[in-house]
Amino acid sequence: MAECVLLAASVNKRFGGLQALADVEIRIDEGQIYGLIGPNGAGKTTFFNVLTGLVRPDTGTFELGGRPYRPIDPHRVAIAGIARTFQNIRLFPDMTALENVMVGRHARTHANALDAVLRTRRARVEERAIRARAHELLDEIGLSRYANQLARTLSYGDQRRLEVARALATEPRLLALDEPAAGMNATEKQALRALLDSIRTRGITILLIEHDVKLVMGLCDRVTVLDYGKVISVGTPADVQRDPAVIEAYLGIVHAEPAPRAQLQ
Amino acid sequence: MSERAASKDPGSRASSAGTPPRVRAALAAVGIVLIALPWLIGAFGDAWVRALCFAALYVMLALGLNIVVGFAGLLDLGYIAFYAVGAYTYALLASPHLTEHFPALAHAFPHGLHVSIWITLPIGASLAAAFGILLGAPVLKLRGDYLAIVTLGFGEIIRIFLNNLNAPLNFTNGPSGITLIDQVRIDGLDFAHPSTIAGLQPSSLVLYYYLLVAMALLAMLVCIRLQNSRLGRAWMAIREDEVAARAMGINVRNVKLLAFSLGATFGGIAGGLFAAFQGFVSPESFSLMESIVVLSMIVLGGLGHVPGVVLGAVMLAMLPEVLRHTAVPLQTAVFGRVLIDSEVLRMLLYGLATVGVMLYRPRGLWPAPEHGTEGNNTPRGPGPASQVVPRHG
Amino acid sequence: MDTLVQQLLNGLVLGSLYALIALGYTMVYGVLNLINFAHGDVLMVGALAALSAIGVLHGLWPGLPGWLLLILGIMAAIPVCVSLSLVIERVAYRPLRHAPRLAPLITAIGVSILLQTMAMLIWGRNYLTFPQLLPEAPLHLGNATITVTKLVVIGLATLIMGALLWLVQATRLGRAMRATAENPRVASLMGVNPDAVIAMTFGIGAGLAAVAGVMIEATYQVAHFYMGFIPGLKAFTAAVLGGIGNIAGAMVGGIVLGLIEALGAGYIGQLTNGIFGSNYQDVFAFIVLCAVLILRPSGLLGERVADRA
Repeated sequence: MAECVLLAASVNKRFGGLQALADVEIRIDEGQIYGLIGPNGAGKTTFFNVLTGLVRPDTGTFELGGRPYRPIDPHRVAIAGIARTFQNIRLFPDMTALENVMVGRHARTHANALDAVLRTRRARVEERAIRARAHELLDEIGLSRYANQLARTLSYGDQRRLEVARALATEPRLLALDEPAAGMNATEKQALRALLDSIRTRGITILLIEHDVKLVMGLCDRVTVLDYGKVISVGTPADVQRDPAVIEAYLGIVHAEPAPRAQLQ
Repeated sequence: MSERAASKDPGSRASSAGTPPRVRAALAAVGIVLIALPWLIGAFGDAWVRALCFAALYVMLALGLNIVVGFAGLLDLGYIAFYAVGAYTYALLASPHLTEHFPALAHAFPHGLHVSIWITLPIGASLAAAFGILLGAPVLKLRGDYLAIVTLGFGEIIRIFLNNLNAPLNFTNGPSGITLIDQVRIDGLDFAHPSTIAGLQPSSLVLYYYLLVAMALLAMLVCIRLQNSRLGRAWMAIREDEVAARAMGINVRNVKLLAFSLGATFGGIAGGLFAAFQGFVSPESFSLMESIVVLSMIVLGGLGHVPGVVLGAVMLAMLPEVLRHTAVPLQTAVFGRVLIDSEVLRMLLYGLATVGVMLYRPRGLWPAPEHGTEGNNTPRGPGPASQVVPRHG
Repeated sequence: MDTLVQQLLNGLVLGSLYALIALGYTMVYGVLNLINFAHGDVLMVGALAALSAIGVLHGLWPGLPGWLLLILGIMAAIPVCVSLSLVIERVAYRPLRHAPRLAPLITAIGVSILLQTMAMLIWGRNYLTFPQLLPEAPLHLGNATITVTKLVVIGLATLIMGALLWLVQATRLGRAMRATAENPRVASLMGVNPDAVIAMTFGIGAGLAAVAGVMIEATYQVAHFYMGFIPGLKAFTAAVLGGIGNIAGAMVGGIVLGLIEALGAGYIGQLTNGIFGSNYQDVFAFIVLCAVLILRPSGLLGERVADRA
């Protein structure tokens, strides 16, 4: 039985008059690529922000790796083991690709101001290790030739990959990707698929929000579908694709056969 | 694998092989000049050596403020308050003031309070750091311009207290300040009465020059090490994108607070040295104008770039002296009288430097080189403080 | 009780002055998200110009009555302040309108220094005396006293603020200003020229400051190159206290701050048993500044800042 990496239950969030999340539940097991999909405004990014500490939920319990988890501060979220990328790409534009990934190592390293000033052995060793690991990650992602280039000079697709590399540097248990394929063409999406597959083979669990249904279906092991803040379907891509409730949510038309509506959770 | 990594990373290759010979030669040359300078310049008069000493003090202040503004991106307009804390700490512990006004202390210290500077500097520095945390903690969440104004307010509050804490208990002696401050003593060498060293007879002023320049160089070294460390990267990340920095596990609040208190520490140490050097302190030396002067130095030189900051500090500390000696006689010769006296010239210089730089050269005179595009030997510096100056300016 | 009424009156006088100056800060912040650091120094230049003008006029026509000289002084200060602030806006702030946030603030600080330098060059560094233009004899309200000049301050400020409220609420220009303050891009789509509105905002603020500057020197009978800075800072505090960008807020904030300062200075001796005296008066404003910015940055009436996304 695969270990459960993330368990979220009874997550509610209201913004003024809008119930953005209503009793959302998710269970992600180790090694899965888990998809969170739904029409625009369904609450996917809100859930992401709740999970990563950017938004405080009204209610909700979480477990990360079997232990209780409270996503209070984003920086503690990273240390706890959830690394995220952003819908609008938030790299450090005037730092090189290498430096961006090196910052990702911050959560797992400890040298402080005193170490820096005194150039202690610990600091020097750690610094070498950070640099080496950053190079490794850039290699794995395929961006080593840009190591010393400013992040803002990279192409859009490369910037997205760099963000993933940076997130990987934090040694996450769960890699949370917010629309990683947005703005990519077909070739880039293929490359992204391959990349995510290779990340999965290294034992890192992935949660992703995506609009590209085809990508999600081909890549994810399990999917949760949100609509108006509520979970309307959970299961393998194949199951979810056939679920009338999901079809209706996306296409807005009633299923041709007068089949009974799928029961909601 | 590590071979390949090293070859792809010229920066690390440079640092692992040590500084390249060209840079080492340049540093050695600068070193020789610095050592010989007081003797050479001293021939033109003591005032010049004094000016160099003040330049060294300003370099320390500029480096400290650069940590706050240039590294962490927080505009502190009350920075001079930390200078004041350091200065008054030494002044109170190494002068007759406290024993004169507090009989209990006179009784406890019959020979007077003469705490060595090597003890008071750490005390003053710690006190300044504590004030830095006290000031920083509540204001960190404010947006940039509000942060600037609040820090300005704090700075003024400190100055007003220094000016008025002379009644009912005379702590600071108010506007008159504290005089007769002890001079530095190292290892039996009393700066007030220097003896012959290695056949030379340095005056007290020259000794202070060496001390202050040495401390300034030390400050530079500390800054460069901080910049190229995990902490330095964290500061850079926060400047570039605070939200992303947080998502990478950086405790933004604490890291900003650290910048505040480290900057304050620099100010505190410089303050103690200033008190010893000048022999007296008064609230006048710690006005808002002084905070602005230090700010204009780092803005002119190149925010966030250590060599640039040093350049800015030296320029704006020395130029008024140069003008004082040239512009005054020049005006008298041409106009028959002095139209613009040196004090006004000094202020004019600071105002023009600030406005001019912001409008025409916002990254400063010597900004960090655009890294990634330079050759192997260029030391890597942080990008321009992106909250203050435009990216491609 | 006597002290109370007296301090309340003092507070109203201070408050009126702060309110006039605060309006300049708040309107500019409302449209540009910029703290016009140089505002207080613009005030100072106008005040010194007025002093010079009065001196010249008195020299030419010694028989002119005091109140007329005062009015003429104000009329001299206003164009000086307005044109100066328009030049500053055009030369120093407009080029940086899309620069990162702190660049205009740093520039404003530099401009402030330059204005002080200019004043030092023209008027020297010494404190200059402002003549007694209005009748000196204090009026008595119960046990409190107030001079004619101070009454004029309160009256003039009230009049001007009323006029400004009318301008902003009831005229086309006022609507344009409010629209630009809320969303400059959309306002321009509606045919409003944001550059022109911004210039007008600076101009009106400067005009108010001119009046305040002359009244300050008339009240305290002294003028010098540094006279604008502290009142400017306090007025900014008042603007934030009332809610930055909020015109009514600046007025309320000004009065409240004036009252706090007067009452504080009046009673602090009693409250602290003589440890702190009225020489700590300036500290009150700074403490209020820090307290408001840290505890309630949106101010008493709420802030109204442009959506410059």
